[in-house]
Amino acid sequence: MKFVGDRHLRKEDPRLLTGRGRYVADLTLPGLLHAVILRSPHAHARIRRIDTERARAHPGVVDVVTFADLGPAGRAMPVAPPHPALRGHNFAPLAGDRARFVGEPVAAVAAESRYAAEDAIELIEVEYEPLPSAQTLAPGAPAVHEDVADNLAGRVSLTRGDVEAALRAAPRVASVRLRIGRGGGQPMETRGLVADWNAALEQLTVWASSQVPHQIRQFIVDLLDLAPHQVRVVAPDVGGGFGAKLIVYPEDVLIPFLARRLARPVRWIEDRLEHMLAATQEREQEHEVTVGFDDAGQLLALRDRFVHDTGAYTPRGLVVPLLTASMLTGPYRIPAVESTFESRYTHRVPVTPYRGAGQPQAVFVIERVLDLVARETGRDRAQVRLANLVRAADMPWDTGLPNYRGSGHVVLDSGDLPSVLRRALESAGYEARAAEAAAARAEGRLVGVGVASYVELTGVGPFESARVRVDAAGRITAWSGVTTQGQGLETTLAQVAADELGVTPADVTVITGDTAGVEHGTGSFASRAAVVGGSAVALAARDVHAKTRLLAARALGVAEADLEQAGRAFTDRRRPERRVTFAELARLAGAATAALGVEPGLESTRFFQPTDMTYSSGAHVTLVELDPLSAAVRILGYWISHDSGRLINPLVVEGQLQGAVALGIGSALLEEIAYDETGQLLAGSYMDYLLPTATDVPTMVIDHLETPSPLNPLGLKGVGESGALPVPAVLASAIEDAVGPTGGRVTRMPLGPARLMELLPPVLSGDEGTGRDRAT
Amino acid sequence: MTARAGPTTHDVTAIVNGVERRARVIPRLLLADLLREEWGLTGTHLGCEHGACGACTVLLDGEPTRACLVFAVQVDGCRVDTVEGLAGDGAGLHPLQEAFRARHALQCGFCTPGILMTLTAYLREHLAPSEAELREALSGNLCRCTGYQHIVQAALDAAAAGRATAPPA
Amino acid sequence: MRPAPFEYFAPRTVDEALDLLARHGEEAKLLAGGQSLVPMMNMRLARPAVVIDLNRVAALGVARVEAKRLRLGALVRQHALERDAHIAAAAPLLAEAAPLIGHLQTRARGTIGGSLAHADPAAELPACTIALDAVFHLRSARGSRQLPAADFFRGLLATALEPDELLAEIELPGPPAPRTGHGFAEVARRHGDFALAGACAVLSLDAAGVCRDARLVIFGAGDVPHLARAAAGLIGERPDPRRLAEAGRAGADEIDARGDLHATPEYRRRVAAGLAARALGRAATRAEAA
Repeated sequence: MKFVGDRHLRKEDPRLLTGRGRYVADLTLPGLLHAVILRSPHAHARIRRIDTERARAHPGVVDVVTFADLGPAGRAMPVAPPHPALRGHNFAPLAGDRARFVGEPVAAVAAESRYAAEDAIELIEVEYEPLPSAQTLAPGAPAVHEDVADNLAGRVSLTRGDVEAALRAAPRVASVRLRIGRGGGQPMETRGLVADWNAALEQLTVWASSQVPHQIRQFIVDLLDLAPHQVRVVAPDVGGGFGAKLIVYPEDVLIPFLARRLARPVRWIEDRLEHMLAATQEREQEHEVTVGFDDAGQLLALRDRFVHDTGAYTPRGLVVPLLTASMLTGPYRIPAVESTFESRYTHRVPVTPYRGAGQPQAVFVIERVLDLVARETGRDRAQVRLANLVRAADMPWDTGLPNYRGSGHVVLDSGDLPSVLRRALESAGYEARAAEAAAARAEGRLVGVGVASYVELTGVGPFESARVRVDAAGRITAWSGVTTQGQGLETTLAQVAADELGVTPADVTVITGDTAGVEHGTGSFASRAAVVGGSAVALAARDVHAKTRLLAARALGVAEADLEQAGRAFTDRRRPERRVTFAELARLAGAATAALGVEPGLESTRFFQPTDMTYSSGAHVTLVELDPLSAAVRILGYWISHDSGRLINPLVVEGQLQGAVALGIGSALLEEIAYDETGQLLAGSYMDYLLPTATDVPTMVIDHLETPSPLNPLGLKGVGESGALPVPAVLASAIEDAVGPTGGRVTRMPLGPARLMELLPPVLSGDEGTGRDRAT
Repeated sequence: MTARAGPTTHDVTAIVNGVERRARVIPRLLLADLLREEWGLTGTHLGCEHGACGACTVLLDGEPTRACLVFAVQVDGCRVDTVEGLAGDGAGLHPLQEAFRARHALQCGFCTPGILMTLTAYLREHLAPSEAELREALSGNLCRCTGYQHIVQAALDAAAAGRATAPPA
Repeated sequence: MRPAPFEYFAPRTVDEALDLLARHGEEAKLLAGGQSLVPMMNMRLARPAVVIDLNRVAALGVARVEAKRLRLGALVRQHALERDAHIAAAAPLLAEAAPLIGHLQTRARGTIGGSLAHADPAAELPACTIALDAVFHLRSARGSRQLPAADFFRGLLATALEPDELLAEIELPGPPAPRTGHGFAEVARRHGDFALAGACAVLSLDAAGVCRDARLVIFGAGDVPHLARAAAGLIGERPDPRRLAEAGRAGADEIDARGDLHATPEYRRRVAAGLAARALGRAATRAEAA
């Protein structure tokens, strides 16, 4: 029986469905204190003085800390990854003499109840000297960091060929400016931690709603001067991440600091308003794109210059704009390319990856360019794409641009991109839909079809680890350095292990996100968990399986070829009454002498270090209608064709795609983080930051292709972010089709009501339109 | 949070998942906190604390209610039903929960209890909802993981199963 | 986010509630469904020292359908408007608007009086009560008074309620007269959100199909729901699409439209005009059939 490829129902569901999930806010310990954080109300201010006396005196308050109390922990956290062009800065567990964004942590209260702590926060007196703040990406804004001239966190140019010459030689050239706004991952569970310092044992245990417990441990070790063996970090059930829980935040060090200082467990649960302010965001960029092409719509040259808003700090260096820049050509063959960006500091919450990580911007840019070329040459948008896509025979395809890690080029390893697009077109009935849309438009309705293709970078390293063990009771446990936030790894990794071990997924308990489970780990982000984590599990499980066979042969006194396996037991093929179980083999291994000739234990720890990223691909088609009065967009149909290599669990993959498309719809039509000119967040709650609901997301049709990746043992590719990548682009394509040649062009995201209305064609007949001039 | 020197406290007695429970509470204690912190029923989750996400939905006297917008003191004499009570005493799952599992209608699970309680109330009143009606009924429950499609399918399955096993009128 | 401390009272009668209001006045907030008040309290934007919970005052939760009147106690839950066939028959405009008020959870707990007293400019019920020419009964320890709905809403989140008053009952005319129809239309960003703009209309026709009465209320566009003067221009005319569109435009033009994160004033005014025409059209169609 094989389980990889199976639509296996999830093992984690029974406890989650019955309210027995264990999220950080559900954890309690004797003597638990509740922490609440005071955050800067100013985008930029000197912190002159903090008076905590009244707060300390409030009933129920145990302590109030500021930067002055942090001691050696009071310093900036490391920035990773480094980059030669980066002038990086990171935040400290509390702001020192200066706050650089609204929401930056300034002080913390620990009290006997959440209620008392919130009361006490209001009693802390902070003397701020507000300063002008940088709220624009234009040069000349107030400096965010004194040692960074012009707020330039980094300037990088990626090139292939000679783009200027290619543009000059191109028969046709066109340009467009594109703008993408800020948004955030917004998991339903906000951030939070419980930290417990056992003073007798000098052991710190931290439960964190995080995607990166091993990184948290490393930062704690660095800043709190503890040894790794003294620190255990566990990510329990996590209610979504989407990148919001990807970095190590100030609170991830601050709360453990408090626990150790007070020798009492401390729990901090972020509330939603805090999350709106202080959880990292992404996407904001302004692009100026120029494309050279011929009359047949063949792309000859592409130049993109963009400015990226990185916020007040760079916890993740230049990763996001590097991803945008390096992934610019997407699935297309473009001989000459230049992608240059400037990443600029602003006095806003820092920008680090959220679902898609710079790639939705790249897809938006290149797909808008393809539609532009189609329009200019009078060709069908799908045909123009097919003409420019990298073909199966071209694989592996070196795009010529350095990848974001600087470890080589972006090389599309495998895939059949034209087939993926064709399947989406077939699935949607593209020609029929286009004809219907045209007929509807002739009747005055605003109906349009959109198309978008993409590739997604997945499976990043540096490595993932796995430990698989059979214990003396015959139980199989697989620990992984990845974390779960809903992507079903308890089940999918069990499927992988089960296949390797010859057992069933029910036999394998998967434990993720615990630094006590595996010493080294990387975490879940960048669509890597199943690929890199799954590969490591496969390797470790293979080792264990090989050892079970070796030991079984010894125990039964037969050659390995004569072994028959039935689940967690082996028999002698010739004398089936002779049987040995996994439990017995584990006990045998547990007492292994030199004579046995193997090392003790029936377990293996293995790492998978991918040699390169592996690239998924896909294409989306959508049919939309705009309301002529309100310009509201209704999605009438949505078709996805998708290739993420070998699928461990197609049911899980479908869920990932549907969820990511929903998030993409949010980022295109509903979600917008807006700041005023002083850096105050305007969309500060769910009354203003609008997430898609069940009435905003269509039913999607999903078609899978599987071209296995050559870069890992199981042929896997990541999928977690895929669905999000092309959504703004495909909706832009459809909306432009719907409003027709006299309507506007979509050059920015998101599209709220007013922007949509500006796109409507100027003359609308019927008794509902009011006949207005189109705003230019 | 519960009885301490200071603010006036109030006694609350409620039938929670069929069982009588008591507490002594300060006025501003949210129902969600009473359930989670005092009574250990942590299945009800807080996602926004301002009545927008629906993750904290419980049944109050049978009606779908956001537990972040009700004070604990207000449920004295009331019936409160939470996700922990859905499956009953046995080891199995409620048919709605089974449908969710079969359709992969949950991923991280954080919004799931609220959605289950909303649907429990809704499907009791609406035996044959259309997909559009179900989506409207779910519009007060945000989910960031699933994109809702599998949730809607699971709810349709559960409604159909409910009709199949309903006693003849 | 947790509220600041407060003292809590749960009176059982209207008189007890009024007595508490008289004593605590400005320091007190009345708690009905809590769907608007408690989020503000959790965010500490509202910090009443005293909360007077009206949910135990049974007398306020009564809905009475009489021959020519509908009397809704302030604590009647919003979902009664969708569920109760008698209320729907008496005030079909309310039954049509109700499913758009927030979500299931909002309507299960939220009250009619609570929505009216909160007076959000983009809420459905204030506009509907004006369109139906409702009368609001206000009570305090000093006595009672009545106000037409149109006079109740004074400004952004501001009503005619004195600090010691509560809205006790909403009185509406009974079932629509013959040849009278209602219409409702709104645009919101998502289902259940507050309206970016909306309109409700009640229109009566004579035997010849000429309009003899018209009320049009546009909401969401300005700070208060607006009873459009332009509707008067329909009286004595046939309600053809062109006239309705004009009335809608004129009505929208009377409003000092507001802008915010979600929509510009121009957007609101344009959409309001179209929705007003649509609501009038639906009212006219229903009036023909009635």
